[in-house]
Amino acid sequence: MADDGSGRVAPATLIHDSSKERRWSGAAPAAAIHGWLLLLPALALLALFTHFPAVATLIDSFYSTPRGARGSVFIGLDNYQTMVEDPVFWTSLVNSIWFALGTIPISIALAILMAAWVNDRIAGRTLVRMAYFTPTILPMIAVANIWLFFYTPQYGLLEQVLGAFGAPSHNWLGSRSTALLCVIVVAIWKEAGFFMIFYLAALQQIPPHLAEAAALEGASRWTFFRRVQFPLLMPTTLFVLVNAVIGAFRTVDHVIVMTRGGPDNATSLLLYHLYQVGFSFWDTGYAAAITAVLLAILAALAFGQYFFLERRVHYR
Amino acid sequence: MSGPLRVDPYEPRGLARVIESAGAGLLAFLWVLPLLYAVWTAFHPAEFSARFTLGAPLTLENFARAWEAAPFARYFLNSFLLVSLVLAGQFVLCTLAAYAFARYEFPGREIAFMLVLVQLMIMPDVLIVENYRTMSRLGILDSIPAIALPYIASAFGVFLLRQTFKTVPRELDDAARVEGANALQVLLKVYVPLARPVYIAYGLVSVSYHWNNFLWPLIVTNSVESRPLTVGLQVFSSGDQGIDWSVICAATLMTSAPLLLAFLLFQRQFVQSFMRAGIR
Amino acid sequence: MRRRAFIGGSAALAGGLAAAPAAAQGAVEVSFFYPVAVGGPITRIIDGLAADFEKENAGIKVKPIYAGTYQETIVKALTAHKSGTPPVTSVLLSSDMFTLIDEDAIVPFDELMKGPDDAAWIKSFYPAFMFNSQTGGRTWGIPFQRSTIVLYWNKELFKEAGLDPEKPPATWDEQVAMAAKLTKRDAGGNVSQWGIQVPSSGFPYWLFQGFTTQNGVDLMNQAGDATYFDAPEVVQALQYWVDLSRKHKVQPPGIIEWGTTPKDFFERKTAMMWTTTGNLTNVRSNAKFPFGVAMLPAGKRRGSPTGGGNFYVFKKSAPEQREAALKFIKWITTPERAAQWGIDTGYVAVRPDAWETPAMKKYVEGFPAAAVARDQLPHAVAELSTHENQRVTKALNDGLQAALTGTKSPEQAMKDAQAEAVRILRPYKK
Repeated sequence: MADDGSGRVAPATLIHDSSKERRWSGAAPAAAIHGWLLLLPALALLALFTHFPAVATLIDSFYSTPRGARGSVFIGLDNYQTMVEDPVFWTSLVNSIWFALGTIPISIALAILMAAWVNDRIAGRTLVRMAYFTPTILPMIAVANIWLFFYTPQYGLLEQVLGAFGAPSHNWLGSRSTALLCVIVVAIWKEAGFFMIFYLAALQQIPPHLAEAAALEGASRWTFFRRVQFPLLMPTTLFVLVNAVIGAFRTVDHVIVMTRGGPDNATSLLLYHLYQVGFSFWDTGYAAAITAVLLAILAALAFGQYFFLERRVHYR
Repeated sequence: MSGPLRVDPYEPRGLARVIESAGAGLLAFLWVLPLLYAVWTAFHPAEFSARFTLGAPLTLENFARAWEAAPFARYFLNSFLLVSLVLAGQFVLCTLAAYAFARYEFPGREIAFMLVLVQLMIMPDVLIVENYRTMSRLGILDSIPAIALPYIASAFGVFLLRQTFKTVPRELDDAARVEGANALQVLLKVYVPLARPVYIAYGLVSVSYHWNNFLWPLIVTNSVESRPLTVGLQVFSSGDQGIDWSVICAATLMTSAPLLLAFLLFQRQFVQSFMRAGIR
Repeated sequence: MRRRAFIGGSAALAGGLAAAPAAAQGAVEVSFFYPVAVGGPITRIIDGLAADFEKENAGIKVKPIYAGTYQETIVKALTAHKSGTPPVTSVLLSSDMFTLIDEDAIVPFDELMKGPDDAAWIKSFYPAFMFNSQTGGRTWGIPFQRSTIVLYWNKELFKEAGLDPEKPPATWDEQVAMAAKLTKRDAGGNVSQWGIQVPSSGFPYWLFQGFTTQNGVDLMNQAGDATYFDAPEVVQALQYWVDLSRKHKVQPPGIIEWGTTPKDFFERKTAMMWTTTGNLTNVRSNAKFPFGVAMLPAGKRRGSPTGGGNFYVFKKSAPEQREAALKFIKWITTPERAAQWGIDTGYVAVRPDAWETPAMKKYVEGFPAAAVARDQLPHAVAELSTHENQRVTKALNDGLQAALTGTKSPEQAMKDAQAEAVRILRPYKK
């Protein structure tokens, strides 16, 4: 099913593109003008909605929030001072880290497992594949309401199932200890199937002779996976990882529906806190400072991932 | 271990296959459980929303109530306009930019490419506060273009198409030029058709993302005329009087129906275009 | 009706929102933002009222604009205010008063009123509703659609537990004792039915105000610049709420979701619940058993906070528009119309004489539960409302949830919430 003639995204080449291109016939200045003209619409929109706001955020984070008759004034690092003193910010930051650590490895592991299963000739493969992928196309906002039912104490589905096994009732979303976990489970459920598709595509492009060779040498299935398949999936993993990390800091829909950050900020993620400060307290100065931190985290992760993982996938 | 045909030696057989199938099946069941629940609850009266008895009467009343309770027809239209606008904009802008990156050499290209890739990390979802201000300055708050604009220049789309365009053989390009086609004609006649699977895969990802997107539309819209389905659904289900799951499940099924149906009908093509697009 | 929809991030705004100040052909146009998220019967009632008013008052045009939830409506109104074209009048949350004053968006009614008639009109409303409408000796809002918290009980379960099905708890002690009898436990300690649920998700501060009021203490001053979260009576009130779950074990532990509480009641998972009067219609149509509605039980006294929306008049409108708006507001709050509005919507009619009208008397006769909210009004207090309202209430909400989930003692939780509130309110202290 693999079609070798088509394009491939090799994430390792994300930034370094060493391929040397032939120049267009014709004068170089004309090519330059053409090139820039083609880029112009996309770059203009990017500048307006990505670059400008990113810079403006930094600047705004040094100004106070205008209120009523009082205008916005330069206040230096005051917004950051507020942040350092804001316990909800720290809780949200820690929650976000746990949320990322909880969702990313498990959803990637599940995605690989799903892809491996669906890649084999198991019974009902098409149905199973469909089932795994379904959450991806359902609106989070809608399924969160359904999950809310699953977690409801006493008559919720989880409770009915656990109750049948004699387990004691538990207020899943209403306890500090389990609320974040519940939110993580929903995120894993939502994302694993999406990542599976990428792994499935990658698995199907691994040449069959590798398996034959490995089998001849008597490698066990686990060894084959660990030594051959998994390394070959590395570029996919990098790509999925980038997506998963961004996703982890971007997912708040289900928090808004299921817990609104509660109980006592146990499920308040950084973006949710930002949303609250920006659009519920209307404290735009402070919101800018939180955004700046969020951007810094994303940038640091991007560089970290790139430099750390690039070496490992270089053999491609 | 290989038979006459090329068979994967690691393909599970016998008991292993049974166990693997059972495991995969169980996980699949867990994965569709929320959807099954939504179907059950939507088609039964409210008192059965937490009771799963076989003889429960079927009803369509929940759908009727949901449909009456909120202007879903309008929300459908808004969502449809939104994804169309985003998709059309993305296809045009990303194609042009990707073509420039793939086939033109000009000063500043690498820097421009870096500037595009920045958006892979700094998603519009994070810049809600500033983008809200920008929309306010532009005077287009509470409109469908305001929801769409930050997403139209998509780094992901540019990147994907650039990679694809780079694999198009030079000879095809040159041949078209010899016949007198100009740059745009070459793009449309040679590159775009060859990249079709990529467009399909990217389009599907984009449509499902924007059909389901919530936070930014929630912030930037506040009238029935511009709200997409997701926001409409939330306005409708966050009532003061508690959650009526029957109606919410009915509304959920209605709102996801277009994507769900499209996926059920075309799931083979869907998965394959991903693979052929080589997004991996 | 929605008391408060938690979406909305409050967001949004519509710059070009129609609020044309200009008067067409000599007629004075009064643009009127009304918070309703979607179409339906309420918009028809409002449209009808506006038309009736225009018939009686040639020369004034009332233009209702349905602006979404309360949160969305205030954002729209404030954004329009900043761009110079606010509505002339709007119904917004009574607890938004300080926010509107801080933004310099509204005028006090004292500036609009003339003569003793108008002064008497202000005095015609239930004082409980005026607490959230007056500060600094001025009246900033006129009560329109208001609600309170009441107790709903399942008469069938009362009977099963050997209690008098017609007698709800009247005191804190009775509430605990009855709830204990109504809580069903199996041998393993698993609870199949709880005695009571007081929701604590989303806006626990509102329900908490029931407990504090009953314990004879206020949460804030009328100037909106000081809170008393760490007062001993407040801590005591919280202790009582926490004890329902932890000590007496008659209420589910942890945070109780506001949204699922009515469903818990219908499913007989709880025999009593506290929730808004606005749930009356919902309970009436979904409870498959006889139920009762009662005033909240008394601690040192009875008590409940009020909630809901007031009329405000915006500053940036022409004098003749404000005058017309005042006329409209007076017209729509006459006893007959206040009574009809209450009957049609389930809100509490806002003035005592409305309850003396024939229509209302007839309604209450047929559905006595409707009068419970009224009878509770003499005991009602203002909803928590301060400067920086959203932040201050969040500080309290966080503290309440911390205590209810057991991460902090009630004392510590309230001390922290108070410290946070003091910090937030510092700029407003004169």
